Amino acid sequence: MSVLVNKDTKVIVQGITGREGSFHAIQCKAYGTQVVGGVTPGKGGQDVEGIPVFDSVKEAVENTGADCSLIFVPPPFAADAVLEAVDAGIKTVICITEGIPVNDMIPVKNYIKTYYPETVLIGPNCPGVITPDEAKIGIMPGHIFKRGKVGIVSRSGTLTYEAAFQLSNRGIGQSTVIGIGGDPVPGTVFSDVLKWFQDDPETEAIVMIGEIGGTAEEEAAEFIKEYVKKPVVAYIAGVTAPPGKRMGHAGAIIAGGKGTAEEKYKALESAGAITVKNISFIGDAVAEVLK
Amino acid sequence: MKVHEHQAKEIFAKYGLPVPKGYPAFTVEEAVEAAQQLGKFPVVVKAQIHAGGRGKAGGVKLANSLDEVQKYAAELLGKTLVTFQTGPEGLPVSRIYIEEGTNIDREFYVAITLDRSKSKLIIMASAEGGMEIEEVAAKNPDAIITEVIDPFIGLRPFQAREIALKLGFPKNLINKVAGVFLKLYDVYMKEDASMVEINPLVLTKEGNVVVLDAKVDFDDNALFRHPDIMEMEDPTQESELEVRAKQYNLNYIKLDGNIACMVNGAGLAMATMDTIKLAGGEPANFLDVGGSANAEQIANAFKIILSDPNVKAIFINIFGGILRCDRLAEGIIQASKEVKPHVPIVVRMEGTNVELGKKMLAESGLDLIPADTMWEGAQKAVELAKKG
Repeated sequence: MSVLVNKDTKVIVQGITGREGSFHAIQCKAYGTQVVGGVTPGKGGQDVEGIPVFDSVKEAVENTGADCSLIFVPPPFAADAVLEAVDAGIKTVICITEGIPVNDMIPVKNYIKTYYPETVLIGPNCPGVITPDEAKIGIMPGHIFKRGKVGIVSRSGTLTYEAAFQLSNRGIGQSTVIGIGGDPVPGTVFSDVLKWFQDDPETEAIVMIGEIGGTAEEEAAEFIKEYVKKPVVAYIAGVTAPPGKRMGHAGAIIAGGKGTAEEKYKALESAGAITVKNISFIGDAVAEVLK
Repeated sequence: MKVHEHQAKEIFAKYGLPVPKGYPAFTVEEAVEAAQQLGKFPVVVKAQIHAGGRGKAGGVKLANSLDEVQKYAAELLGKTLVTFQTGPEGLPVSRIYIEEGTNIDREFYVAITLDRSKSKLIIMASAEGGMEIEEVAAKNPDAIITEVIDPFIGLRPFQAREIALKLGFPKNLINKVAGVFLKLYDVYMKEDASMVEINPLVLTKEGNVVVLDAKVDFDDNALFRHPDIMEMEDPTQESELEVRAKQYNLNYIKLDGNIACMVNGAGLAMATMDTIKLAGGEPANFLDVGGSANAEQIANAFKIILSDPNVKAIFINIFGGILRCDRLAEGIIQASKEVKPHVPIVVRMEGTNVELGKKMLAESGLDLIPADTMWEGAQKAVELAKKG
């Protein structure tokens, strides 16, 4: 088992004729993912290395039976692309695009919650989702992942790679790895993913990588206390970040005295999570809990 | 992106919000002219910086004559103002705002921002205007009135009226005050703000409602829709290195330590800073070179971090994903030859094609110190910085 995506997941790529879209569509397919189509309005009928291109998501779904969409559409049009996928009946929408205006994402997130509560949006501004050896739906380097029993959820792309790499090097594989992204209005939050991992029989331990800004980690801590029985190893980036400065990600900012790493660590510790202060020792901590 | 008070008020005025009359001034002469134009005293001389707490720091002066305007303008222009929000280095005052005086009876606070845990906007208000909202939240959280704004319908007039009533405005002003809130919401939505704040919103002795201070932060991701706002950017309010880094498309924030970091990815960049601290050092900066850094980007990054005179060592920490380690090594080698860094460089590289990348660095003839893990790299950099 795994969560969210597997070898049967049929993926279309929105923005497939762009530079990023075509590159990653081909990479995902090479990994073994079922990339069944792509969408670029006005370019229907063409193909990208054998992957058929359609004019709309609706048309792509009708022709391919796709249930997942990977989005590379540029920021000004990305929110609309997400809604198009959702309305066409796509169940898992993974949006890689970085730089979508927050005012565009607020109605999108609330629309999905209200009208399509079963639909999952991952991202935006995220590396995507991978179930090793089955499906890579995102921009991560596939070869650093190894199939196994640890679920990883993270707000940061490169830290996801760092954690997965440390685990794989020790022979510890992953069930599914999910990057939820660094934006202030993410489609999916930690607690959603923690629930999936808790309910997944294959996953035995969870790695959670947070960062400064917002209160998603504190909310995750509440959820862990209530629901999660599996061991959670947690790391928070940004202990040294100064307040009021946006650390790269739009969501990574300590504002109004809120969102500090200390507060997040404290909440997670009191919820029973194992916290790691030095990212280089994530692998050690996970090996320890799996003993 | 932040703008000055006078720019925020210009925008507010366009939406019909009641702001006092005023003019920005870059010189003492302009300040005097502005006061003459206002035509009556007192006037307020306000330092324009991208931070709050100006009043307590001596950045806001009441002038009763042209002589006083001249005196205060000369005092403030060119001064570096240190407030509790600027940090110890302060911010330079390169412009001031000359505004007509207001007869304050009562002060209120109102702001609109994103509630991240709800993914909805909220409007917050309090009858304790003039105070920082964090202070009110800590001391007297019940004094803050909050309404959640529905993302499909927007702020509704009855919600706005309810806030005005709860704040205790006189009944004859309820509709007017509600109008202020609705217009403020309009500014937020139409200008793609990430925060709008009026602190204080003033009830004057004459019974008028006045926006005495205005603050707007804009969503950087939405600036492409607002070229007019982009033009309001004031580079004097940012560190010179940060302005230069922005031109190179690098994500750089200057800090106080002496170990520079060059990293790909925002999360990894933060984690690198944290690891340096754990190793007993202090990071000199946050720097994310991005996922598609090439030799030119890396050369630019070198130039930026080496312009910081405090830097005693550099720690390059790259996780090669789609961006392969051999390409990065090539970039580092090319850039090192071009820029000739004068401080030791520790390189930790991992990921795609790492063996080839490491081999290239070893054979380059450059004095680069390799590290296998982040922890090892951070420790080496700290040691070298101490020696330097």
